[in-house]
Amino acid sequence: MAKYLVKRVGFILLSLFFIVTITFFLMQAAPGGPFTSERQLPPEIEQQLNEQYGLDDPLHVQYIDYLKDIAVWDFGPSFKYPAQSVNDIINRSVPYSLILGAEAIFIALSIGVLLGVVAALKHNKFGDYTAMVVAVLGISVPNFIMAALLQYVFAMQMDALPVARFDSFAHTLLPAVALATTPLAFIARLMRSSMLEVLSSDYIKTAKSKGLSHRVVTYKHALRNAIMPVISYLGPLVVAILTGSFVIEKIFAIPGLGNEFVESITNRDYTVIMGTTVFFSVLLLISILIVDLIYGLIDPRIKVAGKGGGK
Amino acid sequence: MKKVLEVDNLSVSFDTFGGEVKAVRDVSFELSKQETLAIVGESGSGKSVTAQSLMRLIEMPPGKFVDGSIKFDGEDLVLKSDKQMEDIRGKEISMIFQDPMTSLNPTMTVGRQISESLIKHQGMTKKEAHNRGIELLKLVGIPNPEARINQYPHQYSGGMRQRGMIAIALACNPKMLIADEPTTALDVTIQAQILDLMRNLKEQTGAAIILITHDLGVVANAADRVAVMYGGKIVETGSADEIFYNARHPYTWGLLGSMPKLEDDNVDLHAIPGSPPDLLDPPKGCPFAARCPYAMKVCEDHMPEYTELSSTQKTACWLLDERAPKVEPPESAIAGGSIVNE
Ligand SMILES: Nc1ncnc2c1ncn2[C@@H]1O[C@H](COP(=O)(O)OP(=O)(O)OP(=O)(O)O)[C@@H](O)[C@H]1O
Ligand code: SF4
Ligand SMILES: [Mg+2]
Repeated sequence: MAKYLVKRVGFILLSLFFIVTITFFLMQAAPGGPFTSERQLPPEIEQQLNEQYGLDDPLHVQYIDYLKDIAVWDFGPSFKYPAQSVNDIINRSVPYSLILGAEAIFIALSIGVLLGVVAALKHNKFGDYTAMVVAVLGISVPNFIMAALLQYVFAMQMDALPVARFDSFAHTLLPAVALATTPLAFIARLMRSSMLEVLSSDYIKTAKSKGLSHRVVTYKHALRNAIMPVISYLGPLVVAILTGSFVIEKIFAIPGLGNEFVESITNRDYTVIMGTTVFFSVLLLISILIVDLIYGLIDPRIKVAGKGGGK
Repeated sequence: MKKVLEVDNLSVSFDTFGGEVKAVRDVSFELSKQETLAIVGESGSGKSVTAQSLMRLIEMPPGKFVDGSIKFDGEDLVLKSDKQMEDIRGKEISMIFQDPMTSLNPTMTVGRQISESLIKHQGMTKKEAHNRGIELLKLVGIPNPEARINQYPHQYSGGMRQRGMIAIALACNPKMLIADEPTTALDVTIQAQILDLMRNLKEQTGAAIILITHDLGVVANAADRVAVMYGGKIVETGSADEIFYNARHPYTWGLLGSMPKLEDDNVDLHAIPGSPPDLLDPPKGCPFAARCPYAMKVCEDHMPEYTELSSTQKTACWLLDERAPKVEPPESAIAGGSIVNE
């Protein structure tokens, strides 16, 4: 187990190194600089700023400096708002994004799995068709339209929930639902087809032939096997929630990391762009690792580590 | 001898988009204690549907009982509620399936899969069921059962999985065991081992066995009686000896003729030309008429009645009518003795 983990963490570090390197050089290649704006700065001032931030050092020096800083998790100051460090910005905004993301993942998983199972159990009946119509709609409607729709119906027409911002639990509901919709629908479809496949498998017949009740067959034998594809989807799910959050946080004016990221791009705030990119990458790589660990726990055929069993 | 099972005029159909698939038509047979009945027939003849009907494992709909009764221990299973069936499945009647690679749950240890029915039907505690599971694995010849019981199916070989499956089926000492092609997916040496095992276990437990197969070699080694199915009907039934040495139905002759003979290496199997009837619209008369080399005018329009050739042998063929011409079985179907290798 320990050996496996060390190997995986090694991989994560290696991937991070490549991500950092690629973003760094892409950023250099992009036109315009952090101090380019509508109003031309006097050349002396720009010169001074560049010096202050080490922007006129040779590229490889800048690159190595940057690597050194990142190794100790220091992303430097923001270009746009020099009073703040990138670390401050991340620390301040991450909690919002985490709460929103966790809520969205929870909604997508629980309701998605439920819908899929119901659809499979009611195969070719009303419940199945309803669930699948909902799912197809959910997949085809982009999240920003969903967001606007939710705001219109629940905040403006019914006045039931706040339209934007992030001050209480009630504030989190609409953005979380908007963020969850597409992955939820996807999970529902995935779960349905996998459940149908499992229900028609031989070992379910075996389970029935032992006299187990319908409930035990469905939940103890079928569900655990049928959930596997959903577990493998957890990685892409985190990605979907992440990218979704860029849009949703903007629409709902949530001061989360996604919002900061979008902002930093508009501002050409190099250090913030780099910092958030690295942070997102770390988040993603770790969640993929966690997903693999969970998968190994649930499916005995996939041995994550040399524990138990053996040939 | 006491009858464990009496199936009378059983008909099972499936409602499909194409119409009603009449998979099993008017099938009757019975089974005594300790007896092994083999049901043979080519693919699609309705063997599995018959077997699964006996356990009420057919999904309904699309399946349905059209007619008939299944008397098990004197009680008609067709009339039982789902709840009542749960108490019979796994306890009174068990089943072994064809493919041991897919018939065990991949995410559950073999031990737990055995324990489940012990806990459900015999009220054992987990600990008791675990210990009984070890005994059962030992009984079916799995080495090192104390360790094997905690393993998952993927850690077993194919033959071992089928042994595990048999352990599950036998857990509660059922009165009747249905084995649907239990050896088809295994290689020949393992096949023989599994058949030996089943025979030994039958002697020890006294269970009656229904053995479904399309391999007459398996029948010769294991069965007391044989029912030959074709197109959803039983066309001939008799003791194993009668079927091998005195078969009277042309389809049975065809089956016997398509068996590899031990003495010649000539592996040219005399497969029966043609294909089985369409069960959506089965022929009015003899189901075999389209492929039967002896078919007569009457065969196409009228289903032949069973002719009782002995107290055990019954055959449904117009050739046995006194007005029909005398036909001798073909050479290929006679040397039945060659495969009964004891
Ligand atoms: N769920 C179903 N819906 C429609 N038709 C079915 C269904 N299950 C079985 N059948 C039909 O019933 C007929 C008998 O099938 P069955 O599985 O009993 O054949 P078999 O004798 O067991 O053949 P094999 O040797 O291939 O296992 C086949 O024609 C099959 O197509
Ligand atoms: S009844 Fe006629 S068609 Fe059917 S097996 Fe006998 S001879 Fe052949
Ligand atoms: Mg079959």
